[in-house]
Amino acid sequence: MIDRAQVLHVAKLARLALSDDEVEQMSRELSAVLDHIEKISELRLDGVAPTSHVIDVVNALRPDEPRRSLPRDVALASAPEALEQGFGVPSPGAS
Amino acid sequence: MSELIELTAAQAAERIRGGDVSAAELFEAYRVRAAADGDDLNAFTWVADGPPEDPQPNAPLAGIPLAVKDLFCTEGVPSQSGSKILEGYEPPYTATVVAKLAQAGTTLLGKTNQDEFAMGSSNENSAFGPVRNPWDRTRVPGGSSGGSAAAVAAGLAPWALGTDTGGSIRQPAALCGIVGLKPTYGAISRYGMIAFASSLDQAGPFTRDVTDAALLLRHMVGQDACDSTSLAFPGEIELPKGVDLRGVKLGVPEELTGEGIESGVREAFNATLALAEQLGASVETCRLPHAPHALNAYYLIAPAEASANLARFDGVRYGLRVDADDLLGMYTQTREAGFGAEVKRRIMLGTYALSSGYYDAYYGRAQQVRTKVADDFRAAFERFDLLVTPTSPSVAFRLGEKVDDPLAMYLSDVCTVPMSLAGIPAISIPNGVSDGLPVGFQLCGPAFSENRLLSAAYVLEQALGFDGSPARGANGAPA
Repeated sequence: MIDRAQVLHVAKLARLALSDDEVEQMSRELSAVLDHIEKISELRLDGVAPTSHVIDVVNALRPDEPRRSLPRDVALASAPEALEQGFGVPSPGAS
Repeated sequence: MSELIELTAAQAAERIRGGDVSAAELFEAYRVRAAADGDDLNAFTWVADGPPEDPQPNAPLAGIPLAVKDLFCTEGVPSQSGSKILEGYEPPYTATVVAKLAQAGTTLLGKTNQDEFAMGSSNENSAFGPVRNPWDRTRVPGGSSGGSAAAVAAGLAPWALGTDTGGSIRQPAALCGIVGLKPTYGAISRYGMIAFASSLDQAGPFTRDVTDAALLLRHMVGQDACDSTSLAFPGEIELPKGVDLRGVKLGVPEELTGEGIESGVREAFNATLALAEQLGASVETCRLPHAPHALNAYYLIAPAEASANLARFDGVRYGLRVDADDLLGMYTQTREAGFGAEVKRRIMLGTYALSSGYYDAYYGRAQQVRTKVADDFRAAFERFDLLVTPTSPSVAFRLGEKVDDPLAMYLSDVCTVPMSLAGIPAISIPNGVSDGLPVGFQLCGPAFSENRLLSAAYVLEQALGFDGSPARGANGAPA
């Protein structure tokens, strides 16, 4: 049900460089899981409001007061590449 | 030393306050056991060298060691969420709930193994190897908080923190023969928990008995300015002390107690229902018509949220990086190398469910099913005080048994997922053994009914008299 082309499309959206073997396996496994999940299409849900969160909290805001943030060296301590007091990354390239 | 291990956390706290046991002695007793476990149970990913230098001698939980699931951020201590992409990561801050428990006097004993990013029901998805069940080392401890469950069951820790998204506290508690509680969504701050599915994730206690669960939970709840979805707990968590279940109305949902439940689990469940009646409870069947669809909705909602949450692992700010010529190549190759098979599967499933053209049919519908599942519970709680089910449809299964069949693995969450979607609290207590392996009994109630749940669970626990000592072994050595 999910073919190779769809797997490759979704993998691109998810920023995953799947190997050829993984593409095959993913197509098989996701199809089996989605076949089961599809059962929700049998339900009549017209007019039912969606629930994205179970608790009734809207716009929980803290006071807008200036405060210190994480010191820069601490924030950068775990970075694979700290560069000129920032996070270093390879060039975005032309593509 | 083995005597110390036999104390519950509440008893140990009492002995420390009384002066006949020192905090250092207790910590060392557990530290030695946790460190000696190594890859026997493989329950820990990190064990402390010693107790903290600044103990809180007058705090209520003074000197009680605490094992913490790997995914809670602990400043300067590895917090890897069971993933290779975070191998060796030491966060610059500590999760609110861990900080609260340190203030209450607990001492950090170690970090426990888990399924990668809490995705799994067997603890076989950890980058640091599977955890084994202390009742039978050829079997899984359940997941995703398998290390926490195994550590408490085996007496490598007096109690532990876990997280539950669709059953990740309750199911391993059941499979390891201990108590596990998933609180009401919002009762405990999620700040500093490495996120899986933000609308479902909730921290909770693993303990040897119900009293310890109440004691630990008491110091975990509370609103936190750092988590805008946290709420103030109405009242205080009380230590349970009921003697019977007179007047308690228990509902047994047909949809979660029918086919698919193993015979040994069913026998234990029915025996516990009979016991509850003897203790004065009324027991009647009820309906949760949408519960059979809860699992399907969950396996869309949780992966969808996970696919967004895990976008942050891109080789830029922390964790693994695989070098490449350009930025996109660095992202895709880092994620390919750093994530395990199950995490990739869920990212793919979630990305697919959220992608253009599929969003309404999958994610949108799943959110509508979530509304119906919550409505079913609301209606049931107009007639019943608590609903009860088996926690897991089976006892602990064999390592490797379901690892190649994701759907079979997902089905092991069938009894725990509906409560997660509804955001309501649920507890699992051990209610017997089947073929020498523990069985779990689940009770759930309306939002913020933790005291009612704990009270009923306590009464049942006293009457059941479950013996968890075989998993702790004799003479201070792990079983």
